[in-house]
Amino acid sequence: MGQTIIEKILSSHCGQTARANEIVVARVDYVMGQDGTAPLAINAFNDMNGKEVFDHEKVAFVIDHSAPSPNEGVSALHKLMREFVREKMFRLYDIGEGVCHQLIPESGEVGPGSLVIGADSHTCTYGALNAFSTGVGSTDLAGGLISGQMWFKVPETFKFVCNGTLPPGVFSKDLILYLIGDVTADGATYMAAEYVGEAIAALSQEARFTIANMAIEMGAKAGLMEADDKTYDWLRRFTKREFTQVVADGDAIYAKVREYDVSKLEPQVAKPHKVDNVAPVGDVAGKPIQQALLGTCTNGRLEDLRIAAGILANRKVHPDVRMIVAPASRRIFLDAMAEGIIQTLVESGAAIVTPGCGPCVGTHNGVPSDGETVISTANRNFKGRMGNSNAEIFLASPATVAASALTGKITDPREFI
Amino acid sequence: MEFSGKAHKFGNDVNTDYIISGKYKFKTLDMKELAKHVMEDLDPDFYEKVSSGDFIVGGSNFGCGSSREQAPLAIKYADVSAVLAKSFARIFYRNAINTGLPVVECDTDQIDQGDEIVVDLAAGVINNKTKGNTIPIKPLPAVMIKILNDGGLAAHFRKFGGFNFG
Ligand code: SF4
Repeated sequence: MGQTIIEKILSSHCGQTARANEIVVARVDYVMGQDGTAPLAINAFNDMNGKEVFDHEKVAFVIDHSAPSPNEGVSALHKLMREFVREKMFRLYDIGEGVCHQLIPESGEVGPGSLVIGADSHTCTYGALNAFSTGVGSTDLAGGLISGQMWFKVPETFKFVCNGTLPPGVFSKDLILYLIGDVTADGATYMAAEYVGEAIAALSQEARFTIANMAIEMGAKAGLMEADDKTYDWLRRFTKREFTQVVADGDAIYAKVREYDVSKLEPQVAKPHKVDNVAPVGDVAGKPIQQALLGTCTNGRLEDLRIAAGILANRKVHPDVRMIVAPASRRIFLDAMAEGIIQTLVESGAAIVTPGCGPCVGTHNGVPSDGETVISTANRNFKGRMGNSNAEIFLASPATVAASALTGKITDPREFI
Repeated sequence: MEFSGKAHKFGNDVNTDYIISGKYKFKTLDMKELAKHVMEDLDPDFYEKVSSGDFIVGGSNFGCGSSREQAPLAIKYADVSAVLAKSFARIFYRNAINTGLPVVECDTDQIDQGDEIVVDLAAGVINNKTKGNTIPIKPLPAVMIKILNDGGLAAHFRKFGGFNFG
């Protein structure tokens, strides 16, 4: 009987043949915590009588969620993290370095076949590198830090076969929003999503991260893809390590399979206040907006900034709109500067903030006011997500966000492409 | 373990931002303080209304969203004895068990706002005293029962120094 990608990765990390629905204790290759989850994990670490982390090279904390600190409460938690990292001697990514889900792939520590846990729900992002990575809470994180292991229920797999070619002006963000709208927010709960097909193969590695990132928004434990030359080219920029890719067997067993033809897909938006409340952009076009956010672990990569800059070049952000740009990492920030993208964005009227999460999660750097509408490239539009439960958030691609920032209302980006 | 109290009913897809908003959770590790804001975006008076031992009753996909463990902790520190739902998002489910908050999968359509209920985890059944009926509970996986019985994952680690489900 064949195995899915996730069954194979778990098998190679638990010393037995892992099958869906079994419970296994597996070795983990990398463990990550961020400033929203690590402080509680430090408490749990002490509560567990933890002494040392299992491997100094395979652990990192990232200060990204409220970075730099907006108030003294957060400052105290950051200090706690810095002291812990110093004492236990492992890697800290401090303010300004970027969002955890960009930094861990850029570290070169994760690649095809890796098994990663991170105390952040969007840890599923690294599935785009053919790794099994998944989000856990702070107590699980502490257990992982101490033991280098984690228990898992081996998930069943939901295969998404995406055929056809995305039309111009339609991007991987539109595709994943469409898929989430189709299967709903709990359509893949407890399952691993596997994304395959010619439409996935045609995407750049950067665009694939956007899809894997949002697997959790359909409830999935992981969002996996096969590796190909693009994956290896991307990895070679960051590491010399060799990884062997993991492919599903031809006779692997899937809990569900759905096929899509993306050739007629239109730009999509997720309407307030749920990610699966998805509609073609035309349904809400014309709705006035007051803020536009370009960034986050979903769409803050170089390609995303480049797409937005292409639309904003030699034009001005609408006077009623505050456009905020948060590059996903310092490296992306620097690359975007070298390419003139930052220049273009700033000239158009955008405000650039420190690489990190900030506005995405409502900690600082752009909390909307009551009754305001935001269009964002992030992955969640829950009520209160950006720090104000009386604001509305629409999710869309970088192109749709840039086009909307120009006109002051939700706009189909194909008008500008 | 048996709990009795009143049901506080919510809908489907109650996410972790609703349970405890990100704007609070980054500021403090004081869970008693966080508990005052639990569920406030869905019901601003929830903390005032809830009595010790009461239940939060949701629909499907309870606890979806972020991995914040502050969500089950804030519920626990609000003195809620258990969360009942048709289904749970997986990270919330793990976090609840790890921190010792019982999570109960059952048909919550049979429970209305304000119903007096008794949850008997060992017997695997809920007694809805207001309606006079009983509702079966979907059993927890063995590993989770082990962690709950040990008093949460931290206590499990203190006892065994690591994972021990043998
Ligand atoms: S950018 Fe947003 S979604 Fe991504 S890790 Fe940060 S807070 Fe979470």
